[in-house]
Amino acid sequence: MDSFLIITSLLKIVGILFVVILPMVSYAVYAERKVSAAIQDRLGPNRVGPAGLFQPIADMLKLLLKEDFTPRTANTFYYWLAPCLAVMPAIITIAVVPFGSTLLGVPMVIADVNIGILFVFAIASLGVYGIVLAGWASNSKYPFLGGIRSSSQMISYELSLGLAVIPVFLLVGSLRLTSVVQYQIEHGWFIAPFVGDWLNPWKWLLAVPMIISFVVFVIAIFAETNRLPFDLPEAEQELAGGYHTEYSSMKFALFFLGEYAAMITGSAIIATLFFGGWHFPGIPDGSHGWIFGLINIAVFFAKVAALIFVFMWVRWTLPRFRYDQLMRLGWLFFFEIALVNIFIVAAILAYLPNK
Amino acid sequence: MAITVPRPKLNWRERMYLPAIVAGLAITIKHFKNMLLGRTKVTMQYPEEKWDSSLPDHYRGAPALVRDEDGRVRCVACQLCEFICPPRAIKIIPDEIPSTDRFAKVEKYPEEFDIDMIRCIFCGMCEEVCPEQAIFLRKDYAITGFTRADMIHDKEKLLEIGGVIHGVILKWNEKK
Repeated sequence: MDSFLIITSLLKIVGILFVVILPMVSYAVYAERKVSAAIQDRLGPNRVGPAGLFQPIADMLKLLLKEDFTPRTANTFYYWLAPCLAVMPAIITIAVVPFGSTLLGVPMVIADVNIGILFVFAIASLGVYGIVLAGWASNSKYPFLGGIRSSSQMISYELSLGLAVIPVFLLVGSLRLTSVVQYQIEHGWFIAPFVGDWLNPWKWLLAVPMIISFVVFVIAIFAETNRLPFDLPEAEQELAGGYHTEYSSMKFALFFLGEYAAMITGSAIIATLFFGGWHFPGIPDGSHGWIFGLINIAVFFAKVAALIFVFMWVRWTLPRFRYDQLMRLGWLFFFEIALVNIFIVAAILAYLPNK
Repeated sequence: MAITVPRPKLNWRERMYLPAIVAGLAITIKHFKNMLLGRTKVTMQYPEEKWDSSLPDHYRGAPALVRDEDGRVRCVACQLCEFICPPRAIKIIPDEIPSTDRFAKVEKYPEEFDIDMIRCIFCGMCEEVCPEQAIFLRKDYAITGFTRADMIHDKEKLLEIGGVIHGVILKWNEKK
C-alpha cells in the first residue's frame, strides 16, 4: 500500500461522507417535507431561514437537546447498539458505488472491489439487525411487532432483490460495479438497453426482461429501505412508530437518518445498475480534464437526487400495504417474476446470434 | 344474521394494480407541478399577512370606547353595558363632571372603564344597548398579553382602539 493510495482514499471517504452524503441525508428530510407539502397543496417548512433552508439544523439542535431516555426494562446494551446498526450499513454500502469517473487520474470509487454487488447485498441486509434489535431491546409491545415485521419483510424482499439484478450481471459478466457502468457506457443504459445497437432486433428482445428486472428491483429496494408503501416496521398509525417508539433524542435521530441514508444508498445503487452510473450521453469521462470529472460526479448525484424524488413521490401517493398483501406480493409475484426473468435472459443470451 | 358483503369482481387490469398506481402518481405530480408553478392557492401566512383587509363589515372584534368631534369621551357612565354584559367583563366607576366644565350638562363620565378581554365573548350586546353610541365592536381580533393584567383593557386602551367618531351612527339601519 503506497501512501498516495491511502491519502486519496481518505480524502475520498471524508469528501464523499461529510461533504456529500451527510448533508444529503439531512436535506433529504427537508426535501421530503417540501415535496410532501407541494403534493398536498401546502407550503412546508418556511420559517427557519430563507424558504426554511436551515430547518435540518434546527431539527438537529432540537434532537440534541432532548432528553436521552432509556426505559428501565430495556436491554441497555442492545438498546444502545441498535441505532448505530441502523445507520452503519447504509453508509458503508456507498463505499463500493462508483460515484464518478476519475478526477486527476484518481478513480472516483472508494473501494473498487470485484465482488461489488455481493458486498452491497451483504452489508445492506445488516440493516435489519438495527431494526430487530431496536424492537427486541426496547422490551415493549409495539417496537417488538415492528421488529418482527421488519425481519420477515426483509427476508421476503431480499430474495427478489438479489434475483432481480442477476440478469444485469449475466450481461455484464462481472460483479464489479465499475464494470457495470463501463458496460452501460458502451452498450447503453439498462433501462433503455442497447441504444447504440438499435438496428439489431435480437438485442431489443433483451429490453423487455431488463425493464421487468428494473421494476422488480426498484420495488424490492422500496421494501428494503422501509419506505411507504412498505413501511410496515414503523407504521405510525398501527404501531405508534414501530421499532423506534421507545427511542428519543439522538438515538431516534440516528434511526431517522439511517432510513434516509438507506434511501440514498438504494438510489445510488439503482442509478449505478440501471441508469448508467455517472455516465451521461455526450459528456466525456474524467480523463479529458478535471472539469469533466467533476461533471461526472454531479451527473451521478443528480441521478441519485432524481431517484430520491421518485421515492418521495411514491411515498406520498400510495397507501400502505396490508401485511398479508405485502407477503403475498413478495413471495407469490416478485420472487417468481424475478426467477423467470433470469431464465428468459439466459435463454436469449444463449441463442443470441453475433453478440 | 350474518351478511356477506359482495366484493366487486376485478378484471385482470384492475388486479394488476399498476394502472391505478400510475394514475395515482399522475395526480400527485400534477399537484406538485401546480405548486411549483404557483398555480395552487395556499393558506395565508398569518403573522406576515393579516385578515384585516378581508374582514366583513359586520365583524365583531374587540369592544372599544370612542370620542366625539370635540374630543369628549362619548360614554356617560350610565352602566347599561355593565349590566347587560353576559360574562360581566365590563367594570365602570362613574364620576361627576364638575359644574365649571364645558360639558357640565352631561353630568357623569366614566372615571374608570375596564373590559376584561379574558371574559369578553364578543357578543356585541354592549354596543346594542349603548344609548350614547359610545361603545363599538372594532375589527381588532388578535388580543394577546403575557399576564392576566395585560388582558384587561382600561379606558386609555379602549379609547386608543376606538378613536374618534363624528355625528350619529345609524347603527340599526346597517351593520355598523
